[in-house]
Amino acid sequence: MTEPILFAGIDEPGLHTIDVYRRRGGYEMLRRALKSMTPQAVLDELLASGLRGRGGAGFPTGKKISFIPGVQVDKYLVCNADESEPGTFKDRELMQKSPHMLIEGIIIGAYAAGANRSFIYIRGEYAEQADILDAALVEAESAGYLGEDILDSGFDLSLVVHRGAGAYICGEETGLLDSLEGKRGNPRLKPPFPANQGLYQGPTLINNVETLATIPHIVRMGGEAYAKIGTETSAGTKLVSVSGNVQRPGNYEVELGIPSREIIFGLAGGPPEGREVKLWFPGGSSAPVLTKDDLDLPYDFNALAEAGSMLGSGAIIVVDDSVPVVDVALKLAKFYRHESCGKCTPCREGTNWTVKMLERIDAGLATPMDLDIMASVQDQIIGNCLCVLGDAMAMPIGSMVAKFRDEFEAHIEAARERDPWRGAPEPPTPLIQGAVGA
Amino acid sequence: MIGRRRKARDAVLVPAVERKPEEALGEDPQRTVPRFGHGSRVPGWDDAVDLTKDPSEIPDPATTPVDATLREEIEAHMSKYPDFRSAAIPALAAAQRHHGWCSPEAIEQVACVMRLTPGYLVAVASFYDMLETRPVGRHSIYVCTNISCSLCGADELMERIVEQTDGDPDFNVRAFECLGACDIAPMASVDGVYVGPIALDEVPTLISQVRDGSPPLPDKQLRLRKSTDPGAARAEPGQMTPTGTTDKYGGEMPGQAAGPPAPIENPTVEEAEE
Repeated sequence: MTEPILFAGIDEPGLHTIDVYRRRGGYEMLRRALKSMTPQAVLDELLASGLRGRGGAGFPTGKKISFIPGVQVDKYLVCNADESEPGTFKDRELMQKSPHMLIEGIIIGAYAAGANRSFIYIRGEYAEQADILDAALVEAESAGYLGEDILDSGFDLSLVVHRGAGAYICGEETGLLDSLEGKRGNPRLKPPFPANQGLYQGPTLINNVETLATIPHIVRMGGEAYAKIGTETSAGTKLVSVSGNVQRPGNYEVELGIPSREIIFGLAGGPPEGREVKLWFPGGSSAPVLTKDDLDLPYDFNALAEAGSMLGSGAIIVVDDSVPVVDVALKLAKFYRHESCGKCTPCREGTNWTVKMLERIDAGLATPMDLDIMASVQDQIIGNCLCVLGDAMAMPIGSMVAKFRDEFEAHIEAARERDPWRGAPEPPTPLIQGAVGA
Repeated sequence: MIGRRRKARDAVLVPAVERKPEEALGEDPQRTVPRFGHGSRVPGWDDAVDLTKDPSEIPDPATTPVDATLREEIEAHMSKYPDFRSAAIPALAAAQRHHGWCSPEAIEQVACVMRLTPGYLVAVASFYDMLETRPVGRHSIYVCTNISCSLCGADELMERIVEQTDGDPDFNVRAFECLGACDIAPMASVDGVYVGPIALDEVPTLISQVRDGSPPLPDKQLRLRKSTDPGAARAEPGQMTPTGTTDKYGGEMPGQAAGPPAPIENPTVEEAEE
């Protein structure tokens, strides 16, 4: 176990102001990076640190920055603060309590990537956090950490806090870019990847809040020291948001690679008295579910991937044995149906059909055969869309059907027993009133 | 019937299964997008289009009065971006604050200031959940009904709030997708202020506070909440304990004590001790 890095003293009153942040050594790393390091040196530290993106995909951050071409055009850095993955709330706490840490990380990250304009895309629901960021931005600008010729180093950077207006899909990087350009948040075809053609067709680096906030700490500790924390393939600490049926829901900073049981039971207190873990999502609602047999898995990127799930955004949702799995699946499917942008057919139709099939199961109109159809719908969504929103529904639903098939079948049987319509057909209701007969 | 798995080919259809009308499946609070008889979700879909009419153009500033403060706000947003169209969402949000919703008049005014067609802005406004394309009450209560919150009783909370507001036109009560505050589940965003966990018997107080214009449940607001991470409370800046001796959860972890020593240099040590 190591000391917390991002959460160290996060509750200190007034940390969101520049005075307290600077008293704690804030913006010193920016000074060090700009004054005594070249962009390449910063990038080398990031590469050495083994830091992987904290937003969901887990792509190595240093590598992502190195994809930004070195040509002399306007380059952009976009901080993804859309945090809309159900179960995730780590960035909210970070931005609310320590906004300057994020701003410092953005400036150093932009310096390494050679970006001269940066944006924070924050979801519209986070109104309080956006106000805090706005105030912090004004403070940082007046202190000379943003603007032209930052700390006499010749490096220019502007920063804009952009508020979204409520759309899950804008957390997807290309959907976010379209939304930031003032359009509907529809994802784009990749390639070209944002590193080559992103915001306003320029090279764009998009990173999660937590990733960027870690950068000053990597500059402080050195990449190699940071790489020693955690496991070989998953370096560092991670903010984990634990929610659902646990006694102490909240954000916890853990070293990657600790047993999942330690997080769910040790830190979050486990499910309420007398109940057991039935299933848990290890990385937000998009991650395939795991069961109580998987509780001893180490919590890191590779171990969870090998177990058939993913670490994702680091949001653990615990569901206890009092909740029917069909309810969880239905809730999830309805969410993705609502949030599908409608650009790709498999996702738009697949989410809709999945909801309809689950409603039939719940209403006693299904047979076990429907489970096979539902599983095949999920298979046909995965990999067939521009973005992973459809996959994000298909993977957990598919895993629930696979792992809890007996319960689904029992639910179907029970609902059919209970259903008063069974065997008593009513005349069909015409879909368009007045269209049938005359 | 657990354990008696039925193979797909052996399964038989229930005799004479009829399609249930959607109402029979129960009220769905999440379904905020209205669907019409034939499944269309687009308002105005059934109205005949006037094919002889030209598409609406960028409104003429001479005939479109725009409030000066609104114009200033939109222009300030436009000046922040390399491409002025990026300001579409902030501008629509500003117009919504001004007019209460993205009314045709509001859209017209934004279009006039931004020099965009109203059609472009309607397309944007209809995509985002927080931009209202029909008149709503001035107090918004978004109840998170996503998975984490519903595990903690958000559906009952939603029901209770709907019951208490009882169709009051002053309220815009909506079941919202994950609001990113699962640690205070079940929660609601009351006029942009996160409140939770809300007990069912606190709902009448909450509603009357919103009616009076006083802060909603002041002691349950998110901004007052301390971090749950035990490490965050203990590790005061500048007073970090050497790692490897005790773990931050308060006990020795023999199996893990050999963990990598991570010397966290804290540049504030001297300053903090002064």
